[in-house]
Amino acid sequence: MNTRGLRSQLKDSVPVTGLAPQAGAYGVQDTMRRGFSSVKNELLPSHQLELSEKNFQLNQDKMNFSTLRNIQGLHAPLKLQMEYRAARQIQRLPFLQSSNLALDTLRGSDDSIGFEDILNDPATSEVMGEPHMMVEYKLGLL
Amino acid sequence: MCAKIHYIAPNIYCCGAGTAADTEKTTEILSSNLTIFSMNSGRNPRLIMAANILQDMLFRYKGQIGAHLILGGVDCTGSHLYTVGPYGSMDKKPYLAMGSGDLAALGILEDRFKPNMEMEDAKTLVRDAIHAGIMSDLCSGNNIDICVITREGVDYIRPYQESEYKDKRQRKYKYKPGTTPVLKENVVPLEIQLVEETVQRMDTA
Repeated sequence: MNTRGLRSQLKDSVPVTGLAPQAGAYGVQDTMRRGFSSVKNELLPSHQLELSEKNFQLNQDKMNFSTLRNIQGLHAPLKLQMEYRAARQIQRLPFLQSSNLALDTLRGSDDSIGFEDILNDPATSEVMGEPHMMVEYKLGLL
Repeated sequence: MCAKIHYIAPNIYCCGAGTAADTEKTTEILSSNLTIFSMNSGRNPRLIMAANILQDMLFRYKGQIGAHLILGGVDCTGSHLYTVGPYGSMDKKPYLAMGSGDLAALGILEDRFKPNMEMEDAKTLVRDAIHAGIMSDLCSGNNIDICVITREGVDYIRPYQESEYKDKRQRKYKYKPGTTPVLKENVVPLEIQLVEETVQRMDTA
């Protein structure tokens, strides 16, 4: 594998939350929450499509917004991003599954079915987070 | 027997080669999306839409979804035949073959295809092409299904022809006593000695 391409394959080359190195409090691996760490797992993805799928929505949005900016000027993507930000805040309590209906309608994905609707549907998950701990974590009390 | 011709829309059917699970799920998702579209817009979907949706989806997954698909149907612009490969490539031809038996089938198609054939000649040609695939390729199954789509409707002929090689296995392989000759017989009686006897009463009331 050529070394120039290797840099772009590292997990931390992409600024997406969830892919950052697994440091908890005090800058050390948070074994309780994230499990055992290994240097290889933190640096390289474990599947060819892991990076591209994790960032798929992000990349689509970036592409669409930059096209929109080039065609219609700065205000159009700015206004749309403001609406996305507002719609993203409409959520239920942290341990409950939100429908994200407003966000879906804005994105236009409310009339299409993809793998994310069929596989690993959070509504059919067998485990649920501990409600008290999740709310405390969200409020920053934990 | 597995069904390799999948329903997409009333006027569109899709033949799937490659990984069976991938073709099943991909064609189901495509069919759902096109149904939502036709409910939204009140129109029958067009083949080029189905081909585009498949292309986008398969290219996104960079060939990890092993679906080699042939889409065929009749829409308001006429009748079309498209093929979509697993990496997202698309082609539009008058005749196509995909899968492990595609070279064998293409041999027959290249030889005898003519534009504007009669219906029965076309069915015979397709049957011969698939037969070549069945005979020359191990992974190509046994039976032949044909799906004829016209402006008037769909004729899904399943099976068009079943395999002539039926299963002739016996399934029971018992032999008569005396089939194997006995050369020598040696009887050793075991002497059983009674060592201990305990009697436990049961209440049988």
